[in-house]
Amino acid sequence: MATASPNFPEIKQEQLQPYLHDSIVVPDELQANVLVTTLDKVYNWSRKSSMWPLLFGLACCAIEMIATAASRYDLARFGMEVMRPSPRQSDLMIVSGTVTKKMVPAIVRIYNQMAEPRYVLAMGACATGGGPFKEGYNVVSGIDKYIPVDVYVPGCPPTPEALIYGLLKVHEKVERQSILTVPWYRKDQSEFVPVPRLGPDIFDPRQVELIKETTMKKPAVASAAASGGDAAATHAAGPKEVSSKAKARMEEAKRRAAAKRA
Amino acid sequence: MSATLVAEAPEQTGTLADRLPGGILGTTSDDTEKAYLVAADSIMDTLTYLRDTEGYDFLSNLTCVDYQGYNGKQRKGISERFDVVYHLYSTKKGGGPVVLHVPVPSNDTVPSATAVFPGANLQEREVYDLYGIKFEGHPNLRRILLWDGFNGHPMRKDWKEAYFDEDTKPFRSRHPKGSYEFHEDKLPWGKNTTYPAGWDPDSWEAPVAYVPVSQAPKHLNEAHLDTESIVVNLGPHHPSTHGVFRMLTRIEGETILALEPEMGYLHRNHEKIGERNTYLMNMPFTDRLDYLNSMSNNWGYALAVEKLTGIEVPERAEYIRVIMAEFTRIVNHTWSIGFILNDLGALQTPALYAIEEREMILDLFEEVSGARLMCNYFRFGGVVRDLPAGWLKKAQYLANDRLPRALDELDKMLSENEILMARGRGVGYLPAEALISLSVSGPMIRAAGVAYDIRKAEPYGVYDRFDFDIPTLPNSDIYDRYYIRLLEARQSVRILQQALRDIPGGETNGAPAYASATLSQGFGTIMGGKGGYNLRPPEGEAYGRVEGPKGELGFYISSDGKPNPWRYHVRSPCYINLNALGPMSVGYKLADAVVILGAIDIVLGEVDR
Repeated sequence: MATASPNFPEIKQEQLQPYLHDSIVVPDELQANVLVTTLDKVYNWSRKSSMWPLLFGLACCAIEMIATAASRYDLARFGMEVMRPSPRQSDLMIVSGTVTKKMVPAIVRIYNQMAEPRYVLAMGACATGGGPFKEGYNVVSGIDKYIPVDVYVPGCPPTPEALIYGLLKVHEKVERQSILTVPWYRKDQSEFVPVPRLGPDIFDPRQVELIKETTMKKPAVASAAASGGDAAATHAAGPKEVSSKAKARMEEAKRRAAAKRA
Repeated sequence: MSATLVAEAPEQTGTLADRLPGGILGTTSDDTEKAYLVAADSIMDTLTYLRDTEGYDFLSNLTCVDYQGYNGKQRKGISERFDVVYHLYSTKKGGGPVVLHVPVPSNDTVPSATAVFPGANLQEREVYDLYGIKFEGHPNLRRILLWDGFNGHPMRKDWKEAYFDEDTKPFRSRHPKGSYEFHEDKLPWGKNTTYPAGWDPDSWEAPVAYVPVSQAPKHLNEAHLDTESIVVNLGPHHPSTHGVFRMLTRIEGETILALEPEMGYLHRNHEKIGERNTYLMNMPFTDRLDYLNSMSNNWGYALAVEKLTGIEVPERAEYIRVIMAEFTRIVNHTWSIGFILNDLGALQTPALYAIEEREMILDLFEEVSGARLMCNYFRFGGVVRDLPAGWLKKAQYLANDRLPRALDELDKMLSENEILMARGRGVGYLPAEALISLSVSGPMIRAAGVAYDIRKAEPYGVYDRFDFDIPTLPNSDIYDRYYIRLLEARQSVRILQQALRDIPGGETNGAPAYASATLSQGFGTIMGGKGGYNLRPPEGEAYGRVEGPKGELGFYISSDGKPNPWRYHVRSPCYINLNALGPMSVGYKLADAVVILGAIDIVLGEVDR
């Protein structure tokens, strides 16, 4: 009972001793030429120093992205001046602008086509959460509804300085990764994002069951007759049902959230 | 359509309304801009008459208004739900518009104006897409901004978004139950979407879109070789389409047989949001239309609202507006020159030179407005604040020293360039008459020899005080479209020099004066409470247009006397200039189509709105 617990840091130090730099004997004549470091450091340093963004502009933010790449702000300082139009050759997708429903299948497809390691930077208010156009019927409220995002840059549009700050954050993220744990060298870790489809409104193939639960709840005939005639035929399910249906939906959402918490 | 016809026309008698062949059903409000109500079956005769006899050869704007639930007195006695609205101008005579309203009941058709004005093509498709009005005789009536199979026509008043709160802003409360509720949490799928009841995603099949490129001639000539034409798709993610634009081309070898623009990939529902907003709330949204030229967009919108309300703009503010608009024009034109060259293969170098000057001008914008790109600087009746101390000095340095030199430099580097000449001369030709009938405006028609510039034809602001020319070039090809932008930028510098020299002191905003002048009519009816925040224009409509750097930028606003516009429509030059893309590209090589598009100079934020 009273035995002292082993001092793990000390044991670790002992085990590490043979690998630590001090114990590696570098011949005198090579002292000035050899640099000893970790593999992670080299790997990450080389990745972050030539991170090629996808040449991919969506809206207003793309103009600031171009300005960032141009001579005054000069992305070349960070090894990022080579913008690749092909997703196959690029490491970083800067989602620069409003993501619309019509565009999002293309974006997801491009994301799927990028080779790993890949990073996504959501530039500006629209790409982050819909921005000033969030309520619009053709606007996706944030690209993270569909693909994973690494760094968000706020602003409408973000100034070039803000974008550079965001890019440096991506670099920081890269620097913190370890070659031992990164998903792209592991089995069954990378997955494709299912491409959303354009139906009566855009839908995510992952949510088909969820959508069916709502749309197929009542027989179609009854609901059409209830809201009546011309309007029901032309407008979407949102408007008039909001009062009656939204309450049920909100209850459902609350129940879901409660279940998640539990 | 030609000048001779106008000249030979007999001395006109009576009002225009009496001369219209089909007669009119009535007029709209007399207080604001007057419009004639025309029956749907006589609209074709009316348009033909106006074009051929009265010289109104330019169909500037075609849009639609949904009057369901409209309570104003203007619609008394009219039972039809929709009005299709036409704005016609004359490129020969200049001056104001002829405005026509065609009342249309729900689910009815209107004859397509494309037979008289081919430029109605894209605009009618937009009306069909957003309002569901069918145009009889339209060559290619399918959805344009949304996709085939979209549920409903979203600009109708009874169509509500998934994130719908209330019909109009400001909302009564953002925190009805004491805390903010996110819309995402209210919908089970957590996204901005709605689905019709009874819709089954499993059994659903995407409708097959009919694309006219597939109906294009399969061969250019009689086939002397056994070749096949193929359809090539460019975009929406393509480095040469300047954003999220898509072109479908049918090519034989490398020669284009047909080209069809596809858009809507940046359709941000500007107009639907604009109808929910109050008047002032729309100002920052206009920045995001043509996001290179936020200042000109602001002006177009401010102009339309001032026309509607009658707010006077003080002298100093008018000068500031001119200065900002002309700086914006230089920004736009140098940028577009850079990117035309980019499309020609001079990758980045000319664009970098252009961006260098642009940054200088953006610094000035940032100083006055606080933002580089989205300035939101104009207000109804003036500008939001006065110029900061020392600003004029910097602006004068730019206008007098730096910019003329920069433009000379661009000229010297590029204009004699062999590749630009070889690729630009004679490519993308379309005659001036065709361009006008396609409703093309701005530098595009001036590069075809038509000296039509709204700053001269229907002067707004204080443009009539400055000494400047409208440069024109005769050839209507890519080279001229490149060069006209350089010439126009030089004229802008000329205007800037004069404006910066002559700018008077005084007030920069006429809204307070307007508010006190309308006090007698009851503060709160015209200007809302709280320091005039909620502007309430009188019932009626107005169409304000400015010569934007890309062409005629118009704002059509219809008011029912409430703090929110009943209808808010943007006549976007980029969008309508794309009418000419197909006709201009046919017969040239695929690589030329990229430059032809570049020389139209589009910005997708304005194309799709």
